[in-house]
This record gives sequence, structure tokens and C-alpha cells, in this order.
Amino acid sequence: MTAVDLAAGIKKKEFSAVDVAKAHFDQIAAVDKKLNAFLFIDEDGAMAQAANVDKKLASGEFLGPLAGVPVAVKDIFTQKDIPTTCGSRILENWRPPYDSTVVSRMKNADMVLLGKVNMDEFAMGSSTETSAYGPTTNPWDTSRIPGGSSGGSSAAVAGFLAPLAVGTDTGGSIRQPAAVTGTVGVKPTYGGISRYGIVALASSLDQAGPFARTVLDAALLHQAIAGYDPLDSTSINQPIPDFVAAAKHKDIAGMKLGIVKEFAGEGYQAGVLNRFNEAVAILRNLGAEIVELSCPSFTYALAAYYLIQPSECSSNLARFDGMRYGLRVDDGDSSVEQVMAATRAAGFGPEVKRRIIIGTYALSSGYYDAYYGSAQKVRRLIADDFNAAFSQVDALISPTSPITAFKIGEKLNDPMAMYLNDICTIPVNLAGVGGMSVPIGLADEDNLPAGMQIMAPVMCDDRMYRVAGALESALVSSWGGLLLDKAPRL
Amino acid sequence: MSKLSRDELRSIADLARIALTEAELDQFSSQLDVILDSVAKVQEIVNDEIKPMSHALDINNVFRADVVGNSLSATDALAAAPASEDDRFRVPRILEEE
Repeated sequence: MTAVDLAAGIKKKEFSAVDVAKAHFDQIAAVDKKLNAFLFIDEDGAMAQAANVDKKLASGEFLGPLAGVPVAVKDIFTQKDIPTTCGSRILENWRPPYDSTVVSRMKNADMVLLGKVNMDEFAMGSSTETSAYGPTTNPWDTSRIPGGSSGGSSAAVAGFLAPLAVGTDTGGSIRQPAAVTGTVGVKPTYGGISRYGIVALASSLDQAGPFARTVLDAALLHQAIAGYDPLDSTSINQPIPDFVAAAKHKDIAGMKLGIVKEFAGEGYQAGVLNRFNEAVAILRNLGAEIVELSCPSFTYALAAYYLIQPSECSSNLARFDGMRYGLRVDDGDSSVEQVMAATRAAGFGPEVKRRIIIGTYALSSGYYDAYYGSAQKVRRLIADDFNAAFSQVDALISPTSPITAFKIGEKLNDPMAMYLNDICTIPVNLAGVGGMSVPIGLADEDNLPAGMQIMAPVMCDDRMYRVAGALESALVSSWGGLLLDKAPRL
Repeated sequence: MSKLSRDELRSIADLARIALTEAELDQFSSQLDVILDSVAKVQEIVNDEIKPMSHALDINNVFRADVVGNSLSATDALAAAPASEDDRFRVPRILEEE
């Protein structure tokens, strides 16, 4: 059932919020051994939240559109008194003393928070394999990755462990997992959702967003968590568009959509491109005007990203020093510097160490201009290319990930091969515009899901929902159901 | 681009406060060479005319009223500390012994 169906059933008292929570914990108990999506299951807390929703409904209280609907929370969001590890040993057993804004908004919307889900360590990765707590698997094929870094969120939604999930996206960490699991994932405009209480990876790129099985469900969750927050100085103080209305609109006649020429060619799986081209034809049939345009700087986005992101993360992760919270490795006889170095050696995994070192190098005097400084200039060119493109079209479209889900272990020791997964998603984060992924079918070669990415200008995320809603509607009627209905039973 | 030497890698890791093992030094120096070669591509299209962009939003210095709000109690703030004493964080020695 979708979040919309669950919320309606709870309101009509066809079933209770407690029944719904219980059913999801049963599914978690039955299949999460195969998926390893959940790092912490908060059954007591969730059942209490669900019982409270039923009590409020019984007393005639008016509740919001997602009341009683369960949600899985990426382990990067702080939730008071609930372990928040960020997939790292360095935060093992840390229980934060406060709620992130996203968590408190979901609680205020009377949603039922099931627990914390797996991720690449400190959100660095495209496969959830760098988690210190073991990889999460893809419900379509458990020998494959569920994408990353928000792979616990995508697997939980695709595996029916939760109808909704929240994740974060720094270079594609919501959109790529959504694409490879046949789910909908949204990276909102930078500043559209508060970052308060989200463990920072790269502060100028990080953005939280929803995962769902349908476009409308994603819009409802997005609407519930979006909006200005004085606790995040980079949160945009403007009214948020009506994502829900846009998702329901279904009419894209007259919209101009641009295909970016640079997002094709070598490295793109033929089956992914086939589904993409079919989806483009559907959009054209629905009345959209399709234009091809060029964004030449996008070719340099991956290089710029893998300088900017490690640079920011080397600075952000300096806070994990073993002094105030988290792991401390101390033989009782060492200086503070030695304790920090030993703690970080033991607490961080290889990908985190690699990126901190790249970032430290890129920011070091003598290399700063050549690396970080140049990357910031490329970032400007990318933002300029987006501006030029959006002066010609309403939204841009591309494949989300150039390939479908790969085998666990296949790319783990080849960082550059792993980074190429984000080739289509990274420009969006660098420019701060919105991007979302919507399922477009199964690739011919491997019968695994592929996604289309829809990109819209800053604070125009409603346009993505409008395109995605219309496309989903056409595809679902051609498939006779959701793409996820074709997934094998776990 | 110049390749990252083992000594250079070791000194960067020291700056980043990460104690690397010999095996990690071996593994990372070859991987980082590949990554640095690849990201050096950014230098191909930049020039002095382009204004660097550090952030997606064009905002500076966001201020708020200086009002006292709720904050964590010392007990809550110290609850996750590896070591504490007298309502304070207890840390390893920070000065060399004389």
C-alpha cells in the first residue's frame, strides 16, 4: 500500500496506526536479515507513536495527511536518545541529545518513526558497502547494491519495510539509490529542507529529501519536512511551492524539457538508455516539447565534485576528535594529538580516510589554487550552464544513474569506478538546483530498475513533481501497476 | 601532475590526524594518484576571469536576534563524553611535560 492509502485507511479506521506499524515490524523481522537495511529498530518508540495517533483519532482530533504513516530514517539524522552512527564505528553507540529538524517535523506530522537505516560511512559512497555495519542489499537481487549512500532508505522502501524514508543527497545519494531500486527519490533545492541535526558531509552540497514508492507519496513527505528553519542559516526563507498539487496535476502539455547532450555516450548501459528514450517519447506524447541542449562544463563536474566534497568533508569531519562524544582510543599515556590520530585511525573506514586525505591535500597551501580554487571556478561554470539551460526550458531530464545496480564488491576497491555512478547527479548538487529520480522500467540486459532524473531551477521543485507525476501515471498504466510490483518476493 | 610521494602522504595524514598503517600507505598512495590525476582535469577549463563559487546560495552573514534560548544541561552535554570530571570534558594532556 502507498502512504496515501495507509493514511486514508487509518483515518477511516479501516485499520489502526498500531496495526500498520505492527505489519511493518513483521515485514522487517521476516526479510531484513536478507537486506540489512535497519541499523536500529525502535519498536517501543514507534508503537507508542502509533498508539498516540489512534488515541488522537478516537478523540476526534484533526490530523495531518501522513498521520500514522511509518517512515525509515537514514542514520545521519539525529533523533533524541536513538543511536545515530552515520554508518561509522566512530559514532557507535552515540545517542544524540536532540532531534534534527527533519525528525522533529516528521514527529509533529504524527508520522511513526520505525528506526534508523544503513548508509555508506558518513555518506561517502554509492553502494552502502562502506558502512561499518555491513552492506545493505538490493531487494531486486540481494547479491547487488541498493545504491548509496542512502541505500538503507532505498532498500527499506523497495523491500516494503517502510512506505517512506528520508535520506540525504550530496552528489546523488538519494537519486541513485532510488534509480537502482525502482523507487522515487528527491533531492530538493539546496536550502529547501533544514540541515539542522544532519551530520555534515559537505555543507555546501548536502540536502535531505524523501524516498517513496510513488511520486505523490514523495510529495507529501517533502511537503511535511520542507521550509524555512532559523536553526539552519542556509535554509531559504521563502514560501515553499505546493509539491502535492504539482504531483496530482498530471498535465505537462506545453512544458519545455531539455535533454543534456553531455549525459550520454561511453559508460551508459544500453538498457538504461533504451528505457530513458522510451520515457522521453512518452513525455513528448503527453504534450511536452523536448529540446536537446548542451552544458559543456558538466564534463568537468565529477572532477570538481571530488575536490570540493573531500575538501569540505576533511574540514567537517575534524570534529570527530574523540574528545566530547564518540569513540576515544587512549592508552592513558599519549598526547591529545596522538589520541586523536589513533581514534580516527580506528574509527574511520578506508573511504573516509581517503577523502579526508584528498581534501586535506587539496586545501593545503601550494595546492589550493590548482585544486580547490579551480574546482570552485568549475562550479561557477556549471551553475552558469544550468542558468542558461533553464532560460530555454522549464526542466532538464537525463538518466539518473548510467548503469543499473552492480554486484556487491564489484567496485569497492576501485574508487574512480565507484565515483562514476554519480556522473549525472553531481552537477545538480554543485549548482544547488533540484533533482529527482523516477522509475522508468527495467533494463533489457539484467531486468533491473532504471531511473529518469528530472532537474528544475532553485525553488521550482514543484516542476519536477509535475513532470514525474505525469510520467509515472502513463508508465503505471502501461505496466498495469507500479514497477515495484514486478520485484521478486523476498 | 606530480605524484603523491609516500612521505608526502604521511605528512598529510598527520595534518589530518589520522594514523595510517604501512599497508594503508601503500594502498592509498596508488589510489590517490589515480584520483588526483583524474580531478586535476578541473584545471583544463578555468581561467582568471571566472569568479570562484563556494556556495549554491548567494547569502552572507545571516544574523538573528541575540536571545537566550534553551540549551543542554551539563549532564546532557556530557552524557556521551568518553571521559568527564567535575561537569567538564576530561581530555588527554595537551602540553608536553617539562
